[in-house]
Amino acid sequence: MNGGDILSLITVFVLSAFIGFEVIAKVPSTLHTPLMSGTNAIHGVVVVGAMLVLGTANGALQMTLGFVAVVLATVNVVGGFVVTDRMLEMFKVRKPAAKVAAAPSAAASSSEAGQK
Amino acid sequence: MSLGTGIRLADLIAAICFILALRGLTGPKTARNGNLLGAAGMLLAIGITFATHDLTHFLLITGAMIIGVAVAVPAARLVKMTAMPQMVAAFNGVGGGAAALIALATFLRAPAGTLAVYQVVEVILGVAIGCISFAGSCVAFAKLQELVTGRAITYPGQQIWNGLVGAGILGLAIAVCVNPVHWIVAVILVLALAFGVAFVLPVGGADVPVLISLLNSFTGLAVAASGFVLHSVVLVVAGTLVGASGTLLTQMMSRAMGRSLPNILFSAFGSVITATGGAEGDTTRSVRSASAEDVAILLSYANKVIVVPGYGLAVAQAQHTIRELADLLEARGIEVIYAIHPVAGRMPGHMNVLLAEANVPYEQLKEMDEANPEFQSADVALVIGANDVVNPAAKNNPASPIYGMPILAVDEARNIVFMKRSMRPGFAGIDNELLFDPKTTLLFGDAKDSLTKVVAAVKAM
Repeated sequence: MNGGDILSLITVFVLSAFIGFEVIAKVPSTLHTPLMSGTNAIHGVVVVGAMLVLGTANGALQMTLGFVAVVLATVNVVGGFVVTDRMLEMFKVRKPAAKVAAAPSAAASSSEAGQK
Repeated sequence: MSLGTGIRLADLIAAICFILALRGLTGPKTARNGNLLGAAGMLLAIGITFATHDLTHFLLITGAMIIGVAVAVPAARLVKMTAMPQMVAAFNGVGGGAAALIALATFLRAPAGTLAVYQVVEVILGVAIGCISFAGSCVAFAKLQELVTGRAITYPGQQIWNGLVGAGILGLAIAVCVNPVHWIVAVILVLALAFGVAFVLPVGGADVPVLISLLNSFTGLAVAASGFVLHSVVLVVAGTLVGASGTLLTQMMSRAMGRSLPNILFSAFGSVITATGGAEGDTTRSVRSASAEDVAILLSYANKVIVVPGYGLAVAQAQHTIRELADLLEARGIEVIYAIHPVAGRMPGHMNVLLAEANVPYEQLKEMDEANPEFQSADVALVIGANDVVNPAAKNNPASPIYGMPILAVDEARNIVFMKRSMRPGFAGIDNELLFDPKTTLLFGDAKDSLTKVVAAVKAM
């Protein structure tokens, strides 16, 4: 790897950090838990790195490390997405019961109606 | 188009999927699709790795993945909603562990002396952050699963020891850059594991979820570091996205609790003393406990009832029973709303998930700022298995460890009913003055049993 490559990786790193900050600037506290779980699933992309390590391993030690890494990373990525989907499923199930929740204006008017 | 260009394009598409997934997760309508989009990006990234890299040990890789799926899917599907926080901690920990192993394996593979200094730095960052995240998540899991005490664990000189271990890691990291030998990396690995345990131990009670969010962003950074090690753009992008957004999310969570992050991480010492002192002093004071029938009468003749659900409700799986009670009261023309503290349950937003499971209408759920003005006009505040989030000590007692945390203004309601298992203090381990208030009635017992009795009593009326 030459100096240009490391610089372009650092560029990617810095820009991604800015995007990471910007993209979740406004999130209702209701969604904090699913968001944490969702980001947890996304760093499961480490499974790609684990595959590369195991796929190019030489010798028992490297193979063992790579194998364990693939198992752990797969648990991270699969478990992460499934758990997040389960949490979010509940937000969806509720909507047919209270269709108004989908539209903010409709929700506001119906809750006013409900109070009086 | 060459193969290399194809990989880069696929990496780019996967990266866009992750960014859109994150954005989707910030809104209730788009969240589920966002998550699915993230999963699609992940499948693409994995598929392209299989297709384009000349990987050996294909069977081993597939076998390892099958084992991973076989462990993760049942765990994720069967875990109770109340145990979600520790599940996230566990998944986060293994991710950090994987990142550390990747960096380690790459270091072991390189022939001695062929790594540039910046490459050694990448390896050390991957190993150290990954191990801290792994060990820290294990301890956080054990705390939430109540394998060890959920309280802060402190011992004399704790911060000095932690500082020494941290300085040791830093010193060895510099040494290994000068002279990259294997044993120093092994020592760094062990020290990083120890540091991960040590820095989580003094964090206790309601602060643990915030800590998990912090460890989540650590794992993101460890993944980014292993992306540098492997020259993988998609790892750097995804890891950094999580590292940055996770840090921001951690700040949001601690703000919801009215605390700063350093305060959460390092302040355990004084608070423990205050907590135990308070609890002992108050055990002799009298409280007013009542029967389910008394509570039913109080509720049936109210005009407006505000339900304050807490972790106790979640543990007892009583979300369906409270819904039944609310329906009964509404049938009698009583207004019922739910006041949700940002950290009700054990994680921000946890309680909304649980109540959504019981089909509680969305409009009845009020967030704290919306709910607090309602308490003045409420006849009954029904506090079910919550304690710290209604503790007036957060407003009145500067010595309290939760001082400054925004709370629900339950004390402004005309009557307060607490459903509690016992007089035991809440998760943060501090006593609640409100329990001794003359307008407070206590109904002891498991939240579900108590609610079932109250439902029966209301029906009989």
